[in-house]
Amino acid sequence: MSLIVRELRIGFGERTVVEIDELQVGDGEIVGLVGESGSGKSVTSLALIGLARSAGAWVEGSIQLDGRELTSLDEAQWRQLRGDRIAMIFQSPVSSLNPVFRVGDLFVRALRLHGATKAEARDRAARAMREVVLSPELLRRYPHQLSGGQAQRVAIAMAVALRARVLLADEPTSALDVTVQAEILELIQRMRREEGISVLFVSHDLAVVAGLCDRVAIMQSGQIVETGPTAATLRAPTHPYTQGLVAAIPRLGGTHA
Amino acid sequence: MLELRELTVRYGPETAVDAVSLTVPDGPFGVGLVGESGSGKTTIARAIMRLVATSGGSVRYDGEDVLRARGAALRAYRRAVQIVFQDPDLTLDPRMRIGTAIAEGMRAHGRVSRDAASARVATLLTEVGLEPDHAQRLPHQLSGGQRQRVAIARALAVEPRMLVLDEPTSALDVTVQARVLELIAALRQERSLSYLLISHNLAVVEQLCEQIAVLYHGHLVEVGPTAELLERPAHPYTRALRAAVPELDEALPAPAIRPDAAADAAAVTVGCPFADRCPMVVDRCRQERPALRELEGRRVACHRAEESIELPRESPRG
Repeated sequence: MSLIVRELRIGFGERTVVEIDELQVGDGEIVGLVGESGSGKSVTSLALIGLARSAGAWVEGSIQLDGRELTSLDEAQWRQLRGDRIAMIFQSPVSSLNPVFRVGDLFVRALRLHGATKAEARDRAARAMREVVLSPELLRRYPHQLSGGQAQRVAIAMAVALRARVLLADEPTSALDVTVQAEILELIQRMRREEGISVLFVSHDLAVVAGLCDRVAIMQSGQIVETGPTAATLRAPTHPYTQGLVAAIPRLGGTHA
Repeated sequence: MLELRELTVRYGPETAVDAVSLTVPDGPFGVGLVGESGSGKTTIARAIMRLVATSGGSVRYDGEDVLRARGAALRAYRRAVQIVFQDPDLTLDPRMRIGTAIAEGMRAHGRVSRDAASARVATLLTEVGLEPDHAQRLPHQLSGGQRQRVAIARALAVEPRMLVLDEPTSALDVTVQARVLELIAALRQERSLSYLLISHNLAVVEQLCEQIAVLYHGHLVEVGPTAELLERPAHPYTRALRAAVPELDEALPAPAIRPDAAADAAAVTVGCPFADRCPMVVDRCRQERPALRELEGRRVACHRAEESIELPRESPRG
């Protein structure tokens, strides 16, 4: 499934914070959206899943999912689409799961919203958990009883159970330890390889994006200042802002104090 | 020189820091403290600053027992060792002007006249790369990077000899981080500072520290010279941490160790705390806790360190 963004404008009141001429995520593609804090990358991903307006922003322009225009959807239509076609995972996995329900009940509620029976929902939840290499035993736990890495896997498992075709991932590993980050990134790669899902990976971490993404878009002050195939773009950045970002990454094997 | 001996901190039944011995020599010198979240890094920082009660062991500074210090000795210690936290927003009073915040410690530690204090504030602001005019501003009128510079200036105001830096750049954007790291490197030379730098970023530690100490669930598992530890890690956990760092010009690292399923390894009473996740685990590891011992210029707590140190750097297993 492909996501095509054109002439997207997002703002709060008088202020325009995002102006994107074009951004595409092709079928089965992983695209990195990179920028520093305040660059507009998070509000962009919220707009793509229809949550920017509820955060107080206005949204103009065109967002198409396989040719279907999303900017004109009402809240009920969005609710149907979210999870079903397009899902999102966040930086803080534990706080993005409703704390008063057991993990299994979260699955059942989400799946029943999309038409599954209770029995089907339980079955699909268990299968999705195994797919992200978690024990279905964890379905009996509450979100706070999971580690950060487990909670992020659960969030991904929900997207899998709902058979979402497009995954928006907003800094999904920046709150996790490096060893756990490696597991989550591997899982996202596997989801793409085996399920063919498309991913927009929002991150400030160029080294992670370099290894994960097919293409990258660099965002500064609400605009995409450079975009292209990841390896070529990061090896020989042409925009001064990208050059500065690449140069600023602390690297192992660099200079010593 | 700061010396931790068998430092132990318990929170109720949980041992957050288990008999950690570590030395931070006089400056200019940096010791990096790395490990996963929950490994006890910040608890060690807090114990050094006397912000948590310790359950055992000692902290000595220039031979003085820090944990029992009172009166003048305690004041002298608090001047000598200052801390910079991860989030400057939580440590700067939003209603206090920058200049007042920096001068506060100076005035608490000595009789400094108002004029002398404001002159020194101006010098300090310049030293950390800000303008003397910033003294009149309130914290919210500065950017995150500028606020972290203020926190560093405030720590420097009492002329410390050592800093405890607890993730000083992890809340900052990478371009801002790069400049703050340069500042720390410059200050350590100019002021002959030593520091304990807590970070989850190995590249940051490599840039600023001569030594690395690796913590796992409250246990010190390896400590030694930075370059040697990163090039030839002797503990499988050090190797896993090193291997998990994504690098710009390389493919993503494959997960090197099993997820922390139990998350209560600290409760392991016999055997190695890393055994459940270790790719090199053997029976002995579950029966006998490895002691920290000397090996090729570092200290390491692993029964199989001699084999581990010979493995190629990327390889997670034997």
